[in-house]
Formats: sequence, structure tokens, C-alpha cells
Amino acid sequence: MNRYPLWKYLVVGVALLIAVLYTLPNFFGEVPAVQVTPVRTTEKVDGSLMRRVESVLEENGIRPLGVAMDARGVKVRFADPETQLKAKDVLQTRLGQGYTVALNLLSASPRWLASIGALPMYLGLDLRGGVHFLLQVDMPKALEKTTERYQGDIRTLLREKKLRYTGLSREGSEVRVMFRDADRRDEARSVIEAAYPELVLADGRDGEEYSLRATLSKQAQAKTQEFALQQNLTTLRNRVNELGVAEPVIQQQGIDRVAVQLPGVQDTAKAKEILGRTATLEIRMVDEERMQDPAQVQAASSGQVPFGDELYHERNGIPMLVKREVVLTGEYITDAQPGFDGQSSQPAVHVNLDGRGARIFKNVTRENVGKRMAILLIEKGRTEIVTAPVIREEIGGGRVQITGMDSPQEASDVALLLRAGALAAPMEIVEERTVGPSLGKDNIERGFNSTLIGFALIAVFMGIYYQFFGLISVLALTANLFLLVALLSMLQATLTLPGIAGIALTLGMAIDANVIIAERIREELRNGMSPQAALAAGYERAWDTILDANITTLIAGIALFWLGSGPVRGFAVTLCLGILTSMFSAVTVSRAMVNLSFGRVKRLTKVSI
Amino acid sequence: MIELFRVKKDIPFMRWARSTIFVSVALIVGAVILLATQGLNLGVDFTGGTVMEIGYDKPADIPGIRATLAQHGHADAQVQNFGTAREVLVRLPVKAGVSSAQLSEKVMAVLKQADADSQLRRVEFVGPQVGKELLADGSLALVVVSIGIVIYLALRFEWRMALGAIFSSAHDVFVVLGLWSLFQWEFSLNVLAAVLAILGYSVNDTVVVFDRIRENFRKTRISDVAALMDNAKTATLSRTIITSGTTLIMALSMLAWGGEVLHGFALCLTIGIIVGTYSSVLVASPIALWLGVSREDFIKPVKPESGAMV
Repeated sequence: MNRYPLWKYLVVGVALLIAVLYTLPNFFGEVPAVQVTPVRTTEKVDGSLMRRVESVLEENGIRPLGVAMDARGVKVRFADPETQLKAKDVLQTRLGQGYTVALNLLSASPRWLASIGALPMYLGLDLRGGVHFLLQVDMPKALEKTTERYQGDIRTLLREKKLRYTGLSREGSEVRVMFRDADRRDEARSVIEAAYPELVLADGRDGEEYSLRATLSKQAQAKTQEFALQQNLTTLRNRVNELGVAEPVIQQQGIDRVAVQLPGVQDTAKAKEILGRTATLEIRMVDEERMQDPAQVQAASSGQVPFGDELYHERNGIPMLVKREVVLTGEYITDAQPGFDGQSSQPAVHVNLDGRGARIFKNVTRENVGKRMAILLIEKGRTEIVTAPVIREEIGGGRVQITGMDSPQEASDVALLLRAGALAAPMEIVEERTVGPSLGKDNIERGFNSTLIGFALIAVFMGIYYQFFGLISVLALTANLFLLVALLSMLQATLTLPGIAGIALTLGMAIDANVIIAERIREELRNGMSPQAALAAGYERAWDTILDANITTLIAGIALFWLGSGPVRGFAVTLCLGILTSMFSAVTVSRAMVNLSFGRVKRLTKVSI
Repeated sequence: MIELFRVKKDIPFMRWARSTIFVSVALIVGAVILLATQGLNLGVDFTGGTVMEIGYDKPADIPGIRATLAQHGHADAQVQNFGTAREVLVRLPVKAGVSSAQLSEKVMAVLKQADADSQLRRVEFVGPQVGKELLADGSLALVVVSIGIVIYLALRFEWRMALGAIFSSAHDVFVVLGLWSLFQWEFSLNVLAAVLAILGYSVNDTVVVFDRIRENFRKTRISDVAALMDNAKTATLSRTIITSGTTLIMALSMLAWGGEVLHGFALCLTIGIIVGTYSSVLVASPIALWLGVSREDFIKPVKPESGAMV
């Protein structure tokens, strides 16, 4: 009656063995490490990078504990944080711009465990310290920027077709063109419609004049927003790479938000600065004709900017009149590297443009040889001219060299900014959760201790109250803890402080199944059943109850996971997984132990329960 | 064999039903009135704003910190101790026009200037829009969980019992929320998670009792439904109290050693477990009885009785 077939014992045994194996890595702790990853994801990580890292370390007399390589990069372990810091500096300078060198912590568990995929639980930011940001993309701004581009396009188109208009303006995400008569407007309308089918055009009258209002169609708007979000995601990824953070998480959340998690980042101010940098880059022509006339520049400085121009300042404060029309934006740049000019050996930035950008650049440079081209950096509503080099010749092929930087350092800064790309639309931090490393350590300790104390108290109570059966229940509960931690480690689910609370709560509730079984067995014994029959009946009758009770809690857990965010999710994950493992451990594992203990006893007269 | 509850005769729980239900309804009405008049002291998670936890080497000078902050234009900052005397919690409301992301840094710079030993331990900033969404999602979660549980119980048991179970759980949630309103304890995201956990836990407790009632309907010949329910509740009383006890041990252990961050969560669980135990024994089944649950509701299925047993 109380015997399991062999396969059931085997299943329980194998499950427990796996649970123990996958829980093990959590006991070994972590060692300081340095992680080297290529900046460009297209670059393959291979043995040569590993050998280079090894030789650089050897040359500098740094002895690593071990060097390992995976698909993403090379990881080097060190005995202590000092060696780790030293190695980071050395690797950073020797490997150069193409690689990100980040501090990291790696599991100290033996290699054979890692080779079977047994990794420690992934600790959340509240336990390891770090920053979590939720950034909101300013979509109206993105639409405005796109509309601005169309404004320019419409202007060019109408000029090309020699259609006279009396005014061209933009209000929010609407372009308004004014005409003297209806015929001309209708003509313009058909021309614009043919060229830009994604625009919705509406006629109107404004006093004496006839107007044409153009807005983006719903589909085009959606596309613009999607594009803006993707562009921002890419930009953020590049920027975080430059920050040198190990294991960053950057993901889309909803239609207009981006979540960024930077574990282990201590300098939150710098992280915020780099992420929140809403810099955009524009290339425009300098209005050389008006710049010839000092009076005009003077007038512009006092507020009378000539029509079609805007006044900006160079870094040294010299004012410069720049045309309103934007030649190129940062979106067209595919790569930028610092270097030196081949002839003058001045510091320079070598920029590669994509196909469209290259074409535009070729046309503009051909028409403007001898004139200056201003590179503008727009940051937090402030625009600055980074440099305004003179165009010496037509530049084709999309390879552009920008000189005029004061130092190689500046060249490398500008290259970084160009390479990391610009944001398609500004972003605002709408949620921040920063946890210092010391608090993280405290949180782990407190969470761990309270769970342990609670567990011990429950164990003592169960042992006293239910005696031998209580002991079995406690063993089953221990098995549950191992199964749960193993599952969390295998799934690499993120463990947070509320997650630890979830573990504690499920442990408190998991013992419930054993209490239900024990009470049922006692009752059957009181009703005069034989011990063996009472054990069997207790388990069987309790199962229905256990199932119903757990499913209701599971419903709550799933809803929490579905609707919860951040810390609540961590709680939900452990609660749900804990319910599943507890059903297995409290029923199957404890039954296996009961069967092993009593199943083969011929005349069982008494059960210690 | 140690038995805490050696009961020879069934305890007449149902005889007290009128008073227990009266008490519960009174508690719910009281909680609703409190929530309507005082409302909850919503934390930064829901209202938006900034919370900073700052650690000092020595016991912190709270009035000094307040004065320093007021001097630098943060007169609206709330400063209080958090956990120990060396830890300080600074709360700043959302300010229109000020980039909230930079706010915490400005405040920290000011405090560092006043005392170089101060150390930023934690920052939580939630924008007002995000706060509203978190509150909306949380409320939605409460409703979804309730509906999900009612559907499951209606399928597994019977709709009257499902309503009884959800009424008793709603009672628990209201009592907890009422207390939070009465004492104006901070209602954070963690507390919301605990409230949802209580909802699950309380139903869990109720289900064990209901399970026994269903079994009694099918197996015993007790004709009086109230007596049958008393029998079921007496039989499961030990389990109800022991399980609540073990879960309570965990909650209390978190309350005592889990630190400040888990304090609200653990407190909410502790109260919820106590109230939940009361309601699952004394509130849920009287409701089902009054709604007219009877033996016929359980023996009508054609499938044999043993089919329900695994």
C-alpha cells in the first residue's frame, strides 16, 4: 500500500540530485573579474582576442585566476579587487577604443558546475546595487522633428517646380503653406501629394490667402514613433557600451518607454548624464555671404537675425550665422573614429555615412567648395557649433574627415558622440531606483537571515508537534527550498528582496500541505484505521484539498506577475514557482520518505505523528 | 501525540454566524468610510516623487538636515529616521518644471557639503504619470485576482461557496486597507503585493474548509447544513491554526529581521494572516449557507464520487 514503484523513487532521487547540483553555485560566492567585449556587435570574439588579453596582462605582471571566453566576450577573474582595477586600467589603455572593458563579478563556483549550466541566481539591483531607469520618449517631439524635415522637403520641392508661395511655416506637427490664389494651391497640392503620399493635406482659407496644411498620416505617425523608439534604443545601447557596464539590460517597455538597468554602477550621476544626454547632431552650411559683413553679425548678436539664418556660437564664443536648412543629421552616420589628418597630421575624426547620407553630402560639398560647414551639437535646448571646417573639395563615397579639433582627446570625444549616435527624440527619466552596494549587501543579509530564522522556528515546531512525521515534513521543506533555488538559478530569474520575501512566504505556506496530510492521518487513526491504511488515506484525501488551495494562490501569483512591475514581479515569480515546487516536495517527496520508512514494515502498529 | 486542539464535540461556529457576519460587515463599512474620508497615505510609488535613503557614520541630526535642505530651497522635504538612528529617509514631492532626475543629485550634493560622511544608500524616483499607472495596474490586479478566484471556485465547488470565499477575502483586504488608512501607514508597491498575497492566502485557507464541507455533503448523513459545516470546520480547525501559525512565523520573522524595506510588507502579511484565518472559519461559510447552498448542489454530478478523489 505504501510502496512506490522503483521509477518513482528514481524520479524523486534525480529531482533532488539536480536540485542540489543547481543550488550549489549559490554557495560559492563571487570573485572580481574584468569583462572585455568588442564595441561593435558584429565583431567576432575569438581566440586571438583571448590571447591578446592574456599577453597584455602578462606584460604588465598581472596574474589572473583564469581567463574564459564566451560568445559575447572574454572574462578574466582575479584574486582581489585591487588586481581587478589595475587590470581594467591596463586593458583599457592597451586594447583601445574598439573594446569595452567593464568590471564584473563572476561566480566562484568550480568549472564543472558552470559546464553543466549551473549558475548562481541572478541578483536584482536591490541586492547587488545598481541603477534602474525608466525613460519616456518624447513622441510629440519626434513627430515635430519629422515634420520639420518635411517642411524642408516641401520647400525644396516647390522651388524646384517653380511654384510661388507666400509663406511656409510649421506649427507643432503641421506644416502650413500659403498661396495667393487657389489655382496655385491646387497645383502645389497635386505636386506634394505625388511626392509624399504619407502626408495628409487639407485646404483652407486665411483671409485673402489660400492655405494648404500638411500633417503626417496615422500610419506615418506610428512609423515615425516606432522608428524614434528603435533609434533611441540603439543609441542607448551604444552609450551604455561606452559606459563599460557588465550585463546591462536595455529594453523596450510599452510603446514609448525604455527600461535601463545598470547593475553595479556606483557613479549614478555619470550614468544619468550619459543616458539623459539628449544631444542631437546636425550639419548645416555657414551663411558665408552674410558672415562677410561684420555689421550683419553684429546685428544678429543683438537679436536681429536675418531671415533664413540662425545665430550660434563656436566653442570659443565667436558668433556665427548658420543657415536654417539642415544638410545632414546624426542618423546618417554609420561610424566615426578618431585619427589624424594624413597631410597636416592634425587630430581628426573620420566619419562614414550611409548611402543616402553620402549622396546628400556629395551634392552639398560639390556646390559649396570653399565654404564652411558647421557641425552643431544640440543639447538640452542649447546649440553649439563643435567645429566649422572649410570644404576643400567635393567629397564622395561617404567618407568624411572632420578636422579643427584642438587635441586628440577632443577628436576622440567627438568621435564617441558621433558613433554613439543621437537620440531621435528627447527622453525623460520617469522612474529611477538606485540602490547603493552597501544597502544591497544589507538587503541580502536581512532577507537571508529572516528566512533562515523563520525556517528554523518552523522546523522546531514541526519536529515537536508531529515528531517523526514532522521531521519528514521539514526534510520535504528543505527539499522544496533546494528545488526552488535550483529552479530560480536554472531560469536565471532575477532575485530581488521581495523575491526573498516570496520564498519565505511560500516556505511558510508549503508546510501547509504537510499539515493537512498529517492532520488527515491523525484523523483516520482516530477513526480506527490501521497505521498503514491511515498513511495512505491521509495522502490521498489531502491531495484534492492541496490542489484547490494552491491553485487559488497561483491565480493571485500569476495576476501579480502579469500586472506587477519591478519589485512586485520578483515576488510573484518566487511565489508562483514556490507553489509548484511545494506541491511536488510536500506530496511526492515526503510520500517517498514515508514509503521508505514505513512501507516495508510488516506489522506497523504505531506511527510517530 | 501532542494535540493543541483536542475537540470532542463539534464547535457551534454557525451559531455565532449572525454576530461574526455583523462584525465583518461593520468592519467593512468602517474601512470603506475611512478609505473614503481619510484615504490611504500613498507612497512615492503611487503619487510620484523622490525618496532618498542616506546613511551616516553617527546618529543623524534630523533638525540640522531639515534646516540645511530648507536653506537650499527644499523646505517641502520630509526628513525622518529610517530603521536606525544613523539612517535617514528624505522624501521630496514632485516639482513642476524641475528635472526630477537631477533633484536627488542636488539634494545629495547639499547634504554632502554639510556632512562629508553622508552616503547615499538608495534613491527612488517615480514620475507622477508612472505612479498613476502603477496604482491603476495594482487595482486592476486586485479585481482580476478576485474574478479569477471566483471563476475557479465556481467551477470546482459551487457559485454560492465561491461568493462566500470571495466575500471573506474581500473582508480581509478591506480590514487591512482600513487599518492602513486609520494609522496612515505608508501604502507602497510592496504593501500592495502583500495585499494581493493575502487575497490568495485567505482564499487558500477558506478552500481547505470548503473542501471538507463538500466532502461532508457527499459522505456524511448530517442533515442540518449548519451542523455539517460545524463538523467540517471543527475537523479542519487544527490545520487552519497550525498553518496560519507557520505562515505567521515567517511573516513575523520578516517583520523582526527583514529590515525596513520589508517592514510594510511583513506587517501587512501579519495582519492579513490573522484576519484571514478568522474570516475563513467564521465568515465564508455562513455566507454560502445564507445564499442557500445545499446537499443537492454537490451530489448532482453524474460522475461517480470516487472520480473526484485522486
